[in-house]
Amino acid sequence: MEKINPADTAWMLVSTALVMLMTPGLALFYGGMVRRKNVLATMMHSFILIGVVSIQWVLFGYSLAFGPDKGHLIGGLEWAGLKNVGMTPHEGYAATIPHMLFMVYQMMFAVITPALISGAFAERFRFKTYLVFMLLWCTLVYDPIAHWVWGIDGWIRNMGALDFAGGTVVHISAGAAALCAAILTGRRRALEDGGVVPHNLTLTLIGTALLWFGWFGFNAGSALGANTLSVSAFVATHIATCAAAMSWGITEWLHRGKMTTLGVASGAVAGLVAITPAAGFVGPMPAVAIGLGVGALCYGGVQFKLKAKYDDSLDVVGVHGVGGTFGALMTGLFANVAYNAAGSNGLFYGNAVLLSKQALAVVVTIGYSFAVTFVLLKVLDLVMGLRVKPEEEEEGLDLSQHNEMGYNI
Amino acid sequence: MKLVKAIIRPSKLDEVTEALTAAGVQGITVVTVHGFGRQKGHKTVYRGQEYLVHFIEKKMIEITTNDEDAERIAKIIIKYARTGEVGDGKIFISSIDNAIRIRTGEEGEKAV
Repeated sequence: MEKINPADTAWMLVSTALVMLMTPGLALFYGGMVRRKNVLATMMHSFILIGVVSIQWVLFGYSLAFGPDKGHLIGGLEWAGLKNVGMTPHEGYAATIPHMLFMVYQMMFAVITPALISGAFAERFRFKTYLVFMLLWCTLVYDPIAHWVWGIDGWIRNMGALDFAGGTVVHISAGAAALCAAILTGRRRALEDGGVVPHNLTLTLIGTALLWFGWFGFNAGSALGANTLSVSAFVATHIATCAAAMSWGITEWLHRGKMTTLGVASGAVAGLVAITPAAGFVGPMPAVAIGLGVGALCYGGVQFKLKAKYDDSLDVVGVHGVGGTFGALMTGLFANVAYNAAGSNGLFYGNAVLLSKQALAVVVTIGYSFAVTFVLLKVLDLVMGLRVKPEEEEEGLDLSQHNEMGYNI
Repeated sequence: MKLVKAIIRPSKLDEVTEALTAAGVQGITVVTVHGFGRQKGHKTVYRGQEYLVHFIEKKMIEITTNDEDAERIAKIIIKYARTGEVGDGKIFISSIDNAIRIRTGEEGEKAV
């Protein structure tokens, strides 16, 4: 037990709680953007996963993602039910904190990733089908990809692609699944009549604040200790977020004549997404560049859905898919071993091969997540149905799916 | 007896209320309403997408009065609700058949 470092343990306990808070934060972020009749159902999509995925994680999810490698593709079931996961640190993952702490820290990532997807089909998805879909998605998409990228002997980790805190595992996988889900679920019925607008953006701003705050645990916590790496990741996270908030706001100002609060909040989230894979590998000035780039890029990404005609209700593709991809590729440019000896240099520091590894990791993650999501939703559509009935959609999901209303005031 | 019904800018409600009270008006009913006239709706933008909001919020005030005070009340409302811009609202004056005070059962002008 003497190998356990108390400072690292304290910081990782706090980081775990911070990442946990992101999922309720996401619930508020999404909840404010839907119509008032769907506010609870939308928030429920995030909240219920804290329960569902946490239990999946301790039963077998953690073992599939991080357990002893099987063919570089998946973890074995040796750690199912947290068997063999104790207080002794796991040397390969986090040598200075209890293995149990590493497990619960990773649990919070597994919880928020599927919750991100829920924004793509907000205001029309059947709750029963949602629960089954998310359980299967975590097991068949999140757990394997987490193993490839972060698991010891996972093939993407072995290849040398970098993902500090989950650009591919969390954001790109969620973004690709969101694109597939938005297409297969179909457009909201009310969309053609116009007027489907956010009902309470003050909730969305509170959600943004909680996401931003929690993200320090997500990124700086991914250093897995209280050390210089966590400090540089913390700084990179904050400044990329600030740059992206301004970048989105200014882009919108130039395009539509006003800077909006939703624009600044969306830009902040896009910045958080883009810096996620890079946070522990890049310096402060590249973080500014990543933020400035992703704010404008994601603004464009969100406009794209209007042309392509898919109804990604809350812009999971435009923010998480596009932002995560951008961040993963920028890591291939700006990564610098001066900030993290365990990383690699990127293209700008004389190592072109990292960029191609990053690109391969991105393409495989998008392809795998999209393909498995496609099969899952096609089967669930036949067996259970993806959408609520037209009259239930009209009535609102709060009443039709949960027998309650968000506002009785 | 007359019913004076005025649709005014929400921002002018306090001034109009104070002026009417000072002029001796005993009771006012206020309703928040949504609608459009020549001012039309307004544009909102969410994540770069423009949406037209057709109905804008106004306040509708209703005052029942005897016949001779109706024009005077309308003039006060005009004086305090007017900005000169499109969207200042409208006043409608109509006759009412009867008024009854529920507590006492008084009818007609005594009840307004």
